[in-house]
Amino acid sequence: MSYRIGIDVGGTHTDAVLMDKDYRVLAKTKTSTTQDVSSGIYAAMREVIAESGVPREQIRYAMLGTTHCTNAIVERKHLNQIAVIRIGAPATLAIKPLIGVPDDLRAHLGKHVYIVSGGHEFDGKEITKLNEAELYRIANEIKDEVDSVAVASVFSPVSKEHELRAAEILREVLGEEAPISLSYEIGSVGLLERENATILNAAIVNVAKTTATGFINALKAENVDARVFFGQNDGTLMSVEYAMKYPILTIGCGPTNSIRGASYLSGLANALVVDAGGTTTDIGVLVNSFPRESSLAVEIGGARTNFRMPDLISIGLGGGTIVRIQDDGSFTVGPDSVGYQLPQKGLAFGGDTLTTTDVLIALKKSDLGDAEKVAHLDQDILLKVYDRIVEMAEEAIDKMKTSAEPVPVILVGGGSILFPDELKGVSQIIRPENFGVANAIGAAISQISGQIDRVFSLDEMGRDQTLALAKSIAVDEAISAGADPATVEIVEFEDIPLSYLGNATRIRVKAAGTLSLANMVSAREEVSNS
Amino acid sequence: MRHLGKQEIEDIAVGAALLGTGGGGDPYIGKLMAIQAFEEFGPITLLSVDEIPDDALVVASGGMGAPTVLVEKIPSGQEVSKAFKGLANYMGKEVFATYPIEAGGINSMLPLALAAKLGLPVVDVDGMGRAFPELQMTTFYLDGINATPMVLADEKDNVTIMDTIDNSWTERLARSVTVQMGGSATCAIYPMTGKNLKESGIHNILKLEEEIGRAIRLAKETNLDPVQEILKLTSGFELFIGKVVDVNRKTEGGWTHGTAKIEGLLEYKGEDLELSFQNEHLLARTKDRLLCVTPDLIAVVDSETGLPITTEGLRYGARVVVIGMPCHPKWRTPKGIETVGPRYFRYDVDYTPVEQLVKKGSVVK
Repeated sequence: MSYRIGIDVGGTHTDAVLMDKDYRVLAKTKTSTTQDVSSGIYAAMREVIAESGVPREQIRYAMLGTTHCTNAIVERKHLNQIAVIRIGAPATLAIKPLIGVPDDLRAHLGKHVYIVSGGHEFDGKEITKLNEAELYRIANEIKDEVDSVAVASVFSPVSKEHELRAAEILREVLGEEAPISLSYEIGSVGLLERENATILNAAIVNVAKTTATGFINALKAENVDARVFFGQNDGTLMSVEYAMKYPILTIGCGPTNSIRGASYLSGLANALVVDAGGTTTDIGVLVNSFPRESSLAVEIGGARTNFRMPDLISIGLGGGTIVRIQDDGSFTVGPDSVGYQLPQKGLAFGGDTLTTTDVLIALKKSDLGDAEKVAHLDQDILLKVYDRIVEMAEEAIDKMKTSAEPVPVILVGGGSILFPDELKGVSQIIRPENFGVANAIGAAISQISGQIDRVFSLDEMGRDQTLALAKSIAVDEAISAGADPATVEIVEFEDIPLSYLGNATRIRVKAAGTLSLANMVSAREEVSNS
Repeated sequence: MRHLGKQEIEDIAVGAALLGTGGGGDPYIGKLMAIQAFEEFGPITLLSVDEIPDDALVVASGGMGAPTVLVEKIPSGQEVSKAFKGLANYMGKEVFATYPIEAGGINSMLPLALAAKLGLPVVDVDGMGRAFPELQMTTFYLDGINATPMVLADEKDNVTIMDTIDNSWTERLARSVTVQMGGSATCAIYPMTGKNLKESGIHNILKLEEEIGRAIRLAKETNLDPVQEILKLTSGFELFIGKVVDVNRKTEGGWTHGTAKIEGLLEYKGEDLELSFQNEHLLARTKDRLLCVTPDLIAVVDSETGLPITTEGLRYGARVVVIGMPCHPKWRTPKGIETVGPRYFRYDVDYTPVEQLVKKGSVVK
C-alpha cells in the first residue's frame, strides 16, 4: 500500500489529510496557520500521521499547497536582491522593465536593470544577434551584488534560444548554482506580464528554497521518505526541484485546490462549487475537473502578470454575516460579519449580535446554539430574512452559470448550513463528506500537466496537422513531467488567430494526467541532486 | 494649450479603449509608453485644433500591425523620429505637431508617447472618433484627403516611404511591409495642413476620452454606476446586459472576424444578443431586432467596473453591458455610410442611427 499527505496552507487555516492510494481519507486535521507558516505545517503533518497510524515508510508522496510565496511578495518581505536582464534592444526600449509596477516594489527589484540586444520575431527569426559581450560585462558587474537573475527575451515563447544562451553565460560567470529565472519557463506571449512574473520569481527563490527544505526536513524528522510536490495555480503539481526554480507558479493554488477537492469529494467533473465561510461565500466553476479560469490579467503584489487564476465571485454572505432588523420590519443582510467570533458574538451563543446563523437557529433549521435566546424574534420577519439569504445565493449562482440549464452545486465550507437542499437553477445539491478539508484533498489529488502556448504558422503543415502537433507537444511535456501516459488528456485548448499576420495562430494547450507510479525518486535523492 | 500628466494619461487610456469599440488593441502598452515618456521628458503638450496655424504640417502617428506582436515586441521609441525625419525630407517641410488617427487602445496613446519623445505638441483631434480597421476609413478620406505620403519604420531603423495612387494600394503595400517588419511597425500617416485638419477632423476627441476615463474612475470611488456616467458623456444607450456564453473567431484575409453570443440577465433575461465583430464590434442584434450598427459605436464593458473589453478579451462567462453610441455626424453621410457602413463589412442590413433603433425597440417592448 502507498499513502500520500496533502497539506494546504491558507490565510486562516492549515489543513492536512492523509490518503491511501485509492484516495480514501484516513486522517484529517485543521489547525490555525502560524505566523511562521512552517510550524503550522509540521504540526498538521504530525497529527495526520499519528492519527492514521499507517507505516511511515509507506507514505510515498507529500503535496504542499502554500501561500509562503504569495505572502513574501504581498508583504515585500525576504525578497532577494535581483538583476533583471531583458533581451530585445533596440525593440522594447519604449517601455523599460518594471514601468507600471508599484513604486515600492520597483525600488526594491529595479536596482540592476539591463536591456541587451537580441530577441526574436513572431516567426522565430532573430530580430538581431544576441549581444554576448554585453552579457559577459553585465555578469561580471552583478557578480557578488545579487542573489538571483531574471531573464526575459522578446518572443521567447516562440524561440527560447537567446534566453538559454544568456543563462549559459551567466552561469559561466556567476557559477553553476546561481539561480537564474528564464521567462519562457514561466509565462506566455506578452513580454511585460511574462517579464514581471519572471522578476517576481527571481525575487522569491530563497523563500521557496527555505520552504521546500523546511518541508523536506520536517518529513525526514518524522521518518517519512516521500516524494515531495508543490501545487500550482492550475491545479497540477510540480516537483520540489522545479518549485525551487519556479516558485511563482505556486501562487494562487489555494482556491484551485478547494475547487478540485470539491470535485473529487463529490465525484463530479462539471458543477458549481459554492464555498461558504464565516464572512463570504465564494463561487467557482468546475469544468472537466478543473476550475474555469478568469479572463482578466492577474496582478500579484500590484505587478501585472499573465497568470490565470480561477474565476471566482465572492459575495458578503456567510455564517457570521450580521442581520439588522428595523422597527418597521425592514432589514439588511451584511455585508459585514462577526466572522470567526460567531461562537462569542452570535445571539444564540450568548452574544449581542444577530447573525445569519441565529436566524437559522430561530427558524429551527439548525440545532446549534441555544434556541431559547432567539425565541423572542418575530418569525414572519425572520422568514423574510431567510428568503433573502437564499435569494442572494441564487443570484450569485446564476451569475456564474453559462446557460439557463440547471446545474449541480457542490456546497462546502462551514457557512454552507445556511443554504437549503433546493435552490433555484440548481439541479442537485451535494454536501460531500470531509468538506472542511477540501483544500488539502485538492492538493493531495493534483495531477501532473504539460502545456504549450506558442504562435504557429499554418502555412507549413496546415491547420489540422498544426493543432495535432501542438497537442502532442503538450502531452509529451506532461509525460516527461511525470504523468502516467495512459491517463493524460487535453484539459484546455485555445486557438486564437492573429489578426494581420496572415496565416498565424496562437495555440494554447494544456494536457494533464495522474501521477505515474514509475520512476519514483525520493525526496532525499532530489535534494541531494538539486 | 494644456499639459497632460500621469493621471490624464491613465484616464485617456480607459476612455480611448471604450471608444475603440473592442478594437485598437490593449491600451496597456500605449499607456505605459506614454508614462515612460512622461517620466523621461515631462508633461505632454496638448493643443486644440484652433491653435494650429493653417499652413502648418501636421501628421498622424501610431502603430500598425498585430496587437499580439505589439505586446511582445514593444517599440523602441526611436522609430517615430526616423519616420518623421523621412517624411519631413520627402515633403520638404518640418512637422509642426502630431495627432492620433483613431480612438483606440494603442493608437490614441502612441502619439502622446511619441510627441513627448520628439518634443512636439499633440493636437486634440482624430480622423475616426472611434476605431476602424482600414486606412481609408477616416473622415479625412471623406473629404478627399490622401493617407500618403506615409512612412513606416521599425525598431531596426528601416524606413519605408509610400506615395500611392489610391488608398487600396496604400492598404496593400503597408500591410506587406508591416508583416516583413515583424508584424508591427510605427507609422506616420495622413500628413496635411492645419486648415485641412480643422475642417475634416473630429475635434476634442482626447478631451472626451479623458472625461470618460475620469468618470469611470470616479464612479468606482464614489459608488456611482459607471455605465450611466458613460452614457451621459457619449449620449449613448444601454443596449443589453448579459453574460458572454459563446465566442466564435476566425481569420479571413488577415482579420479576425467573429461573433459573440451574450445571454440576457436582469431585465434582458430570456433574450440573446448577437455581437458581430471584425476587429471592432460592428453589429449588435437580438433575434427580433437590430440594436446598433456601424458606424455608430458599440462598446462592451464589464458590468461591475465599467471598463471596456476588447474583442480579443471577450471570454466565456464575462458579465457585460453592451452600449450603443451615436457616431460623429460626418459618418452619417452617403459617402460615410458607403465607406464604413454595414454593407462595406458585408452585413446584409441598412444603416439606421442607433437613437432610432433604440426608440423602435422601446415601442416593441
